[in-house]
Amino acid sequence: MSMQAASTEIASRTAAIIDEMKGLEGPLLPILHSIQEEFGHVPKDALPVIADGLNLSRAEVHGVVSFYHDFRAKPAGRHVLKLCQAEACQSMGSDAVAGKVKQLLGIDFHETTRDGSVTLEPVYCLGLCACSPSAMLDGEVIGRLDDEKIEEIVAEVCS
Amino acid sequence: MIPRIYIPADSGALALGAEKVARAIEKELKERGVEAKIVRNGSRGAYFLEPMVEVATAEGRVAYGPVKPSDVKSLFDSGFLKGGHHKRWLGAPDKISFFAKQTRLTFARCGVIDPLSLDSYKSHGGLNGLQNAVAMAPADVVKQVTESGLRGRGGAGFPTGIKWKTVLDTAGAQKYIVCNADEGDSATFADRMIMEGDPFVLIEGMAIAGIATGATKGFVYIRSEYPHAVATMNKAVAIARKAGVLGVNVLGSPNAFDMEIRVGAGAYVCGEETSLLNSLEGKRGVVRAKPPLPAIQGLFGKPTVINNVISLASVPVIMDKGAAYYKDFGMGRSRGTIPIQIAGNVKHGGLFETAFGLTLGEIVDEIGGGTASGRPVKAVQVGGPLGAYFPRALFDTPFDYEEFAKRDGLIGHAGITVFDDSADMLKQARFAMEFCAIESCGKCTPCRIGSTRGVEVLDKVAAGIEAEKNLALVTDLCNTMKFGSLCALGGFTPYPVMSSITHFPEDFKPAPARVAAE
Repeated sequence: MSMQAASTEIASRTAAIIDEMKGLEGPLLPILHSIQEEFGHVPKDALPVIADGLNLSRAEVHGVVSFYHDFRAKPAGRHVLKLCQAEACQSMGSDAVAGKVKQLLGIDFHETTRDGSVTLEPVYCLGLCACSPSAMLDGEVIGRLDDEKIEEIVAEVCS
Repeated sequence: MIPRIYIPADSGALALGAEKVARAIEKELKERGVEAKIVRNGSRGAYFLEPMVEVATAEGRVAYGPVKPSDVKSLFDSGFLKGGHHKRWLGAPDKISFFAKQTRLTFARCGVIDPLSLDSYKSHGGLNGLQNAVAMAPADVVKQVTESGLRGRGGAGFPTGIKWKTVLDTAGAQKYIVCNADEGDSATFADRMIMEGDPFVLIEGMAIAGIATGATKGFVYIRSEYPHAVATMNKAVAIARKAGVLGVNVLGSPNAFDMEIRVGAGAYVCGEETSLLNSLEGKRGVVRAKPPLPAIQGLFGKPTVINNVISLASVPVIMDKGAAYYKDFGMGRSRGTIPIQIAGNVKHGGLFETAFGLTLGEIVDEIGGGTASGRPVKAVQVGGPLGAYFPRALFDTPFDYEEFAKRDGLIGHAGITVFDDSADMLKQARFAMEFCAIESCGKCTPCRIGSTRGVEVLDKVAAGIEAEKNLALVTDLCNTMKFGSLCALGGFTPYPVMSSITHFPEDFKPAPARVAAE
């Protein structure tokens, strides 16, 4: 697909989402979540369409998208692994867990492995603080991480 | 009677393998040709016993835990469907000491019932509060909540009834009830547990708030890190709407109230009420200056009640059993019960609902059972990332809003993180500043710039560069942040920083090893 065709495609799918959700009170966040669900990220080409659809300036839309940690400017890896780095997990060695995962995957936080298999992210609390250290893999929760579980996770995301 | 097996679908239980246990039980039932009904309940909150599986027997419920998939075969062999003995046998849940010592008002049903069965909710006292409220004048509902002494459980501790009264007294064609379910503080999971384990109690609380203040629309703003809570709440709202608990005639009364579930997008600061309102409106989650109060100009500029999940979920029991009943629990100006969340490096971690007034030591040592690592407790952080670190010397502090404030701490959303003696308090202080820098909304200078400078200065202390001078600088910076920030993010970050410096000065002294490591 040519670049222009791709951008038209993004525009039309974005417009459909906006049409569906425009009637909500304060529709921008729900729209952005839907767009990210649709494309795996919030494409740059979607922003002017949102601005037009909601009668906002492009700067306002950009401001909102860039404010929130959840919205990605580019697609994530096939898996997304989030490691909790907040205090309760710190008290149970989340630093060491992160160190080990980074070493096994060969990437740092906010990076994706070269083969596109996994994106690694820190998260500040999953509400699993009585079973720390914890993680979330593609939306599934994992508690009391230990070496065995870490190796299992790494094997799963790399397979 | 077909046996009933309760297997929690609470995130915490799932994180510990509840799904695999459920599958193993299903498989075993099938292989043995035994008929049983599996109920996916919430968690009762004893995470050291999760996955805790319960069986309903003629003599009442019998619990087993923590159950591993590999235990399932032997559980069946031991006749667990009739409460038979097994190494994982715990007996009647109410008799387990962690639960027996609690006073469950807000969490009475959590972990007991099927979260999405409205019938089950009703048979356990659900909707009594709303039934009473629809038959009362709004001002009387507000009065009852005020008299109960309920204060905001999100952390600020502002009297809930007074907030409601302001909204009731403010004229407006449209008013809103907003539930703050952006539970971002580490060590807290009470909101998550109630949304996953007893969602109707929150819906009921919000409907009561609507009737009391004349608001017809509600929003629950749930953080995106809680996908299971979002899913359960969405289902529960649909069920409540179908059953007429929500809609144009709440429980057949002339009162209209409906609600929507909204999902955050990973910004901690959106737990601050004005920032949350901006986020709901589709804006950057930037803090608003107060006044105007949200009660007068809140969501879309309309009068808005914004309350934490637990505040709203505590309202039904107050409307059911009366203000005096609730108020009789607690101490001083902290009335009723508080779900204390015991977390981190602790042996018996979980949610413990009790009247205010237990000492920190009782909570950590007696209920929590000390550290999970078996090493001595060094510090406990109370109230999340913006709460103070308390040493053992302050373990006699009673769990009460004012008592904690007197000792330069706060109870916040009642989360407690336990650290053993391997904790480095300089590292914790630095993290508090770093976290503030990551999550600052950027509106006010003390928070936006102060937090970054704080990290840099603490790094100098760690490197042994003019430690004394730099510590004085941190203290001064904390003072500026505390009094100059717009909201609690910048304003309370000094709590963990200063408490670390005050109570653990030895960790801030230049250590030869620390200097060498740099």
